[in-house]
Amino acid sequence: MVKGVNMTADVVRLRPPMHRVSPRALWYWAVRAAVLWIVLLVPQVIWWFADGDGSALPHLVVGLIWLVLAAVHLVVMPQWRYRVHRWEATDTAVYTQTGWLSQERRIAPISRVQTVDSERGPIEQLFKLANVTVTTASAAGPIKIDGLAAADADQLVADLTARVGQTTGDAT
Amino acid sequence: MTTAVGPADEAAVGADEGWRRLSPRMLAVHPVMELRRLIFPLLAVAIGLRSGNGADGGWWALGIGVLGIGLGFLRYFTTSFRITPTHVQVRRGLLRRRVLTVPRDRIRSVDVTSNVLHRIFGLARVTVGTGQTDTKNDGVKLDGLSAAAAENLHRELLHRPAVEVSLQSGQGLRQGGGTGVQTQQPAAAPAETVLAKLDPAWVRYGPFTLSGLVAIGVLFGLGSRLVNEGHVNLTKIGYVHDSLDYLGKRPLPVAVLLVAAVVVVFTVIASTVGYVLTFWNFRLSRHDSGTLHVRRGLLTTRDTTIEERRLRGVELSEPLLLRSARGARVLAIATGLRVGRGSDRGGSILLPPAPHAVAAAVAGTVIGDANPLTVALAPHGPRARRRRFTRAGTVSTILVLIALAFVLFGDAPWSVFWSALVLLPLGALLAMDRAAALGHTLTDDWLVSRHGSLARRRYVLRTDAIIGWNMRTSFFQRRAGLTTLVATTAGGHQRYAVLDVPDAEALRVARTAVPGLLDQFLAD
Repeated sequence: MVKGVNMTADVVRLRPPMHRVSPRALWYWAVRAAVLWIVLLVPQVIWWFADGDGSALPHLVVGLIWLVLAAVHLVVMPQWRYRVHRWEATDTAVYTQTGWLSQERRIAPISRVQTVDSERGPIEQLFKLANVTVTTASAAGPIKIDGLAAADADQLVADLTARVGQTTGDAT
Repeated sequence: MTTAVGPADEAAVGADEGWRRLSPRMLAVHPVMELRRLIFPLLAVAIGLRSGNGADGGWWALGIGVLGIGLGFLRYFTTSFRITPTHVQVRRGLLRRRVLTVPRDRIRSVDVTSNVLHRIFGLARVTVGTGQTDTKNDGVKLDGLSAAAAENLHRELLHRPAVEVSLQSGQGLRQGGGTGVQTQQPAAAPAETVLAKLDPAWVRYGPFTLSGLVAIGVLFGLGSRLVNEGHVNLTKIGYVHDSLDYLGKRPLPVAVLLVAAVVVVFTVIASTVGYVLTFWNFRLSRHDSGTLHVRRGLLTTRDTTIEERRLRGVELSEPLLLRSARGARVLAIATGLRVGRGSDRGGSILLPPAPHAVAAAVAGTVIGDANPLTVALAPHGPRARRRRFTRAGTVSTILVLIALAFVLFGDAPWSVFWSALVLLPLGALLAMDRAAALGHTLTDDWLVSRHGSLARRRYVLRTDAIIGWNMRTSFFQRRAGLTTLVATTAGGHQRYAVLDVPDAEALRVARTAVPGLLDQFLAD
């Protein structure tokens, strides 16, 4: 028992990044998922109309499954994401944590950053949000921060651009 | 970076002089190449013609053919290039004139290929790679320089400190031809050390590469396309008819075994032939000017040059079959060198399938440190091992259940279900092999990691080439306390993973390999 306590005291752990994203991101993720579920509804409706004389039972079963899955997803996923999604940008590194069921932490040194992009899709504009993407020379390395308040995003881009400008080398 | 420059910018680069054309011998080659590209439309038209309506088809075929030849001629007259002290420029296009300008310090690889047709006329194609890994229109292609000029261009572009060889004089004086050029290098050419050469005994690894399976697939696709477009009734052809008849009279298992045996025999033959065609005359050498040089090919020869300062590591690849014969191959991890994707995958090959010991030795020589290739790897522990088994078990179980569903609801015979059960032990074997593969370590300057079974790989990546960390955890990984640590880099696959490593170890590796980066994010 004592040994176990000692071990946990010795183990260094990575803490989550400092900042949460905007609470409006909850709505953004929900709407984005809703769009997906509605798209999934389309083939069902087509099937419903094409298969006019069959029994209604299979349609009801599939419809019910759709409803339950969509409801659970729309309620659980945004909350979960909001708890996970965090970001932090220091003088030397960018650090993010994303995902819900499957989660990912990404860390890139500022000295290796190649571009800093900010983007607002239609749904993001609806909620006055923006995302910031920081890319490195690796195709596997882009760091995307979703659901930032638009003003925060602008500030972050400005900060990062200034910091990246101070580093030298071709960052590969 | 490849940029299209308009006429206005062109003046800024230099005066409008020094433009050179491809070799005039290309006039003979281009039309044939164009015709080869048009072969399917031509065949389709010709077959359509045979099966019906009159002379129209013939005229169409002729028209397409003439057009192809014409385009081929035009390509010679519309393509020109020049090399200035700072840039390589290529002008091409008839209606849409384009000037591609590549700054010379952005050139990352130079590839010289000559296929059979090229070699008959003593020509070569030079591809200047700029390292845009995924764009289709990658770099500058000069199809059809005389072999001597290609060789010179090659040297001029990559061995910068070497002598300034005037291309014009080189082209005029040395019409040497095909492959003999290498021997008549100028006296000042940089010294070259041969690191590896093909040993004819390595051809025995040919059958274990499965490249023949691809060839069979291509042939099959080609055949079925012809059959479809030509409305040929296969069963009316004697051989096919007879063998189908023969198979039909056997019991099903025997027929399946027979077909499998035929496929295996053909794959073995095709793979061996493929090995010889691709890797004959293989030679890996190092030039003093800081480049690695790979030369290979029996009919189509290929010369690839990789700058060593772009080299980020090596990959020892041991696919299951090749491993069963104790073979391995070596690939380079370098920025600006694409990995895998059809015929282009050859670009990063440093050693063809060869004995494992040779592969490890060559890889060690290339990176200048034999230790990472031979050092024992730290295993990932029982939880990572268990995960291999649960994952394989889940997949096999799902497949077996699908088979069961087919039997119950789709009136497939029960034998389908019984044979599907074989997947369970197979999955367990696969899991065992995958678990045995897991391992990683950090040596002085290198991150080493190994995983996979069907395609087992051992990566050796220079730690200062790591430009970021991704730590991925799925729901089940978090419950088991495991992380997949991914080092991102600018070369090769762009991502090199250390699979399912315990959380604390992942953090230790990440902190040691890139000192200072993570310290600020540690929990108190």
